[in-house]
This record gives sequence, structure tokens and C-alpha cells, in this order.
Amino acid sequence: MGSVIRLRSAVALQGRFPVLSGVDLDLDQGRVMVVLGANGAGKTSLLRFLAGLVPIASGRAEVLGADLATSASDVRRRVGLLGHDAGLHDELTPLENLAFALRASRLDPGRALPALDRVGLSGRSVATTVGQLSAGQRRRVGIALLVARRPQLWLLDEPHASLDEVTRSLVAEVVEEAASGGAAVVASSHEPDLAVPMADVVATMGGGAVLSVVPGGRVGGGHVA
Amino acid sequence: MMRTTLRKSIGPLAAVLVAVTAWLGLVVTPPDRDQGDYVRLVYLHPALAWVALYVAFGMSAVCSLLYLWKRTRSLRFDRLASSAVEVGVVYTLLTLLTGSIWGRPTWGVWWTWDARLTSTAVLAVLFLGYLALRRVPAEAHIRARRSAVFALLAAINVPIIHFSVIWWQTLHQGATVLNPNLSPMIHGLMAWTLLLSFVAFTLLFAWMVMVRYEIETRRADEDEVGMAAAIADRQAEGIHS
Amino acid sequence: MWRDALLIARRDLTIELRSKVGTWQILPFGLMALFLFAFALGPQTELLRTAAPGLFWLAVLFSSILAAQRSLNIEGSASTREANRLLGLDPAGVFLGKAVAMALELLVLEVVLLVGVMLLFHVTIASWLFVVPALVLPALGLSAAGVLYGSLAGGASTRSTLLPILVLPVEAPVLIAASKSLSRGLGSVTPDAGRWLVVLAIFAVVYSVLGVALYGPLEES
Repeated sequence: MGSVIRLRSAVALQGRFPVLSGVDLDLDQGRVMVVLGANGAGKTSLLRFLAGLVPIASGRAEVLGADLATSASDVRRRVGLLGHDAGLHDELTPLENLAFALRASRLDPGRALPALDRVGLSGRSVATTVGQLSAGQRRRVGIALLVARRPQLWLLDEPHASLDEVTRSLVAEVVEEAASGGAAVVASSHEPDLAVPMADVVATMGGGAVLSVVPGGRVGGGHVA
Repeated sequence: MMRTTLRKSIGPLAAVLVAVTAWLGLVVTPPDRDQGDYVRLVYLHPALAWVALYVAFGMSAVCSLLYLWKRTRSLRFDRLASSAVEVGVVYTLLTLLTGSIWGRPTWGVWWTWDARLTSTAVLAVLFLGYLALRRVPAEAHIRARRSAVFALLAAINVPIIHFSVIWWQTLHQGATVLNPNLSPMIHGLMAWTLLLSFVAFTLLFAWMVMVRYEIETRRADEDEVGMAAAIADRQAEGIHS
Repeated sequence: MWRDALLIARRDLTIELRSKVGTWQILPFGLMALFLFAFALGPQTELLRTAAPGLFWLAVLFSSILAAQRSLNIEGSASTREANRLLGLDPAGVFLGKAVAMALELLVLEVVLLVGVMLLFHVTIASWLFVVPALVLPALGLSAAGVLYGSLAGGASTRSTLLPILVLPVEAPVLIAASKSLSRGLGSVTPDAGRWLVVLAIFAVVYSVLGVALYGPLEES
């Protein structure tokens, strides 16, 4: 009950290269998982795979109750993915970007402003085109998009990378709020000191597979067992 | 087993038929009253055109359709389609070449904007476009899908192109002045040779496609075999890191 | 589908209006093409007047390739496109939205170039009944074909050189039909001009339908 991710020996190919070589993974609602591993271990691929963007070659994968082999498109609209690049339209303002994404997802565009406010963007930065914002601000817009969309599964690819102190704690707060609200969060990271404290479980990847899963440092949180 | 016997026999059979056609066409049949020896191109050009425009193109369209339809989706059809187009390009260019050579003494020029010749030229460009598209690096199924869609679009477009070119040609001026009829009087032995040429070149096409397809299949198989090894290597990375 | 089409059309047009690539890059290119044709064919007005419809459509055709590239570039970088895949948009709607946005831009381009042709090549409009559909129908057809073939042609760098060779052969009938129709609209005696308008309409419908059906499967990678 409340299982958000269930992977059994999942293999995923990017062209001919097996980015995931047999992953076993479980995660429930309201839980935060941090994924560690060296470069090339498959962290980013795992996140994209969970988002339904990389097709499954063999094994089983269920995300949010849907089988990735047959219903990847259903999964896609119910997850939120934040990559290194926030994936926004440079020629639109943060507000326009969010409004577009919300309308496309059949959500109320009115959620945009409060979400931007939550991540500390307001006034002038809201009305400047994304292309003119700094990398940190762009990442914040990406976070705001997740806050506004409120997906049931959050997928964050190295959310702390190249961010300042203030924005980093913003990430931690937002993750905690999401998990407390019942969403599941998977975040990859190169910085265990920052990431482990916010995690319920810590998975370590290597060679396209999950090598170990240990408890994390997250305290409390109303998670469903 | 059957397939190898088939392929082994088609090659020699095609070679024999082409040789017989050549002998009949070049030696046995008489020259034409008006066109002289140029009439012998009738045993070459129409057959080449038939293969290029109908067999090659039709085959690529059908195979593309089969690839795109989920129930019959298989990279084999993609390989067949691309083999058909590759050989088809050769036939199309030869069609244009023989058409041009044939028309020269009659028309006085190397090219007239004859409706069929022009449509064939556009088809040649479509074929080349297909091959250009296949050269774009992409994962096998993505490339297959793009190529198949392009081939089908081409199939749908050819009637539009063909009729547009015909109307472009004929509506403006009378048909006769620009398109002197190249078709000579065909009778008796000439007719049989003509028929033989169609069969011979179709078989030759089939053989060439089979060979091309074999090459592609072997290449694809080589890549497949590496997959299990690739997965094992990938997993090993994790153990050593 | 229609809702998504509207959303995408609005987005594409907003981006275009803000960046003005069409105004500052594509339109000048089209106008320059007209001048190049004049340079190539000599200053005798009689020849240019006769050739005007064809030259107009050549300029529009080449400009439409640029416009199609632009339309697909609006989709953004690989990560932006991937992020948008998570939004659950109906691909058929995305296609229609992009095609409509591009068609509107082409229409503006056509009007400006037509004025240019009238001034530079000394032609006048004889029959609006022919000129209007001769402008609108090709805009729809070229846009639908441009967006569809554009999505076939891979990423931005390959697309920039591959798209012309993929799309120009199939757009040849549009060139023929549009030139004939416009010729009639500008007063030349053109037999069966109505038939050419039908060809344009068929092309526009066929490609709109094909685009709606195929854009999704093509983008699904």
C-alpha cells in the first residue's frame, strides 16, 4: 500500500548502451530517497527512467501504480523532474513558463504566483525572461514549477549543485514539505553531507544498478509505511 | 534453408535472363525504321522505370507500413525498405540516364520537361532524401520510424507531384510539341523481348535487394550479440568503482 | 486537442513576437530574395512581370524553410523538450498549434512580399477571388508540411541542412499550383486556375491530417 516505486531487475537502454543494468528499488509515499554514486553510475538515467522518459528493455517497473512498459505516458504527467537545466523556455518569463506548464497539465494557472513567491522570486525577476536570469534563479523557477504542479513523485537531479547556501536550504525545505504532503521524493546527489540528512533512505548506485540501500538521516515526517 | 536456396538460385537466374535479354535486344531484334538502333533502349528503359517507380518504391512503402503497424513491427521490414530504396535509387538514376540518352536523337536535347521524366527526377530526389535521413545518427528504432514515415509520406505525395507535373506540362501548351512519342511500333519478337526485359530486371532487383538485406542483417546481428556482454560489463563497473 | 493547440499556438506566437526572429531575419531574407531574382534575371520589367508569381512563391518557399526551422527551434533545448514531455500535452494538438502559428507568420510574410512584388515587378491585383485563397491555402499547406518534416529531420544541427532536401520535393506541387493561382489573381490568362486552387486545398488538408496523425509517434522517442 502506498508504493510509489517498484523496480525489479529493470534494464534500460540508451541506444545500445545499458544505462540501467538491472535495478531493484522500492519507495513508498511520503518517503525521501537520496541516490549517491560516482559519475556514470546511472543516477540521472534512473531519474529519467522513473519519469517514463527512458524505455524499459527488460525486468519490471511500476511507478505510481502504472507499468512503465505499457503506460509510460500516464506516468509522465504525474511526476515532476528537475534536471541540471531547468528545462524552461528562455524567451518566456518565469510566470509565463509556469502558467504554460500548469495550463498544459490542466491545472489552475493561479498556482504560479504563489509558487514563485515560495521560492523567493518576486517582483522584477518574475517579469524578466528566463534567459536573462542567473543559473540559481533558473533552478528556483524549476523548483517553483514542481511546487505549483504538486506531483506525487518528485525527481531531482543533483538539486544542490552550484547553488548558494540560501537556495540550498530552500531545496531542503521544499523537499520536506513535499514529503510531508504525501509525495515521494528521489534526489540524486554528489554531496552526501547535504543530502543524507533530508533522506529516509540512501541508495548507492554503481554500474547501472543499485548496490546498497541504507537508512538516511531524516527525522520524523508523516510517512505511510 | 529455403531462403538460402532461393537466394542462391535467383542470382544466376537473373544473370541468365539479363544476358538473354541483352542478346535478343542487341543482336536478334531489328532496328527501328525511324529511331535506328536507339530503339534497343526500349528493352532497357521501360523495365528500369517499372522497377524504380513501382517495384522499388512500392516495396519501400509497403515495408514501411508493415514496420509502423504495431502487430508487424520488426526491424527486418526497416532493413528491407532501406535495401529497396538503395537499389531503387540506382534504378531511378539509370532510368533518367537511359531516358535522356534515348530522347536525345529524337528531341535534339538531353532533357525536356517531359511529365514522366520530371516526376521520375523528383522521385530520385525523394529517394536520396530517404537515404540522407537514414544517415542521421539515431537509435535503430527511432531511425526506422522516421524513415518509414518519410517513405509513406513520399508514397502519398507521388500522385500529387505526378498530376501537378502533368497539368503543368500539358495545360500550358499542346502535349504533342514537347513530348514526341518515343514508343516505337512493337510486334512479334520485340514484344517478347520487352516482356523478358521486365522479368529479367525485376529479378535482378530482387537479387540485389536480397544481398543488400543480408549485409544489413549481418551487421545488425553483430550488434545484438554484444548486448548481454554490454550489460555484464556495465554491472562490473559498479563492483570495481 | 484543440485546447492544447491553442495553448501551443499562443506560446509559439508569444515567443515569436518577443524575439522577432521572423521580422528581423526571415522577412528580410524573403525581400532580399526578390532583389536577387531581379539581379539574376536582368532589369527588363517585362520579364520580371511575367515571372512575378513564380518568383514570389520561390521567395516564400525558401523563407518557409527558415520559418519551419524556427518553429521547431522554439521547442527549445533537449532538456526543455524533455520537460515538456512530462506535461501530458496531446501531440496532435501540439502539431496543430505549431502549424497554425507558423501559418499566421507565413501569411504576414506573404502579404509583405506581395506588396514588394507589386512595387518591384510592376504587377497589380486583378482578382481578389484568386489572390486570397492563393495566399491562404499555401500558407496552411507549407506550415503543416514544414512542421511535420521538421520533426522528422532530427535535432537542430542536422535539421538545418537536412530539412530542405526532405521537404522541397514534396512542396514542388505547391510551388506549381500557387504560382498558377497567383498568376490568375494578378491578371494573367491561366487556364484551369480553379484546378490549381483545388490542388492547394488538397495539399493543405492532406498534410494537416498527416501531421495530426504522425507528429505524436515521431516525437515519441
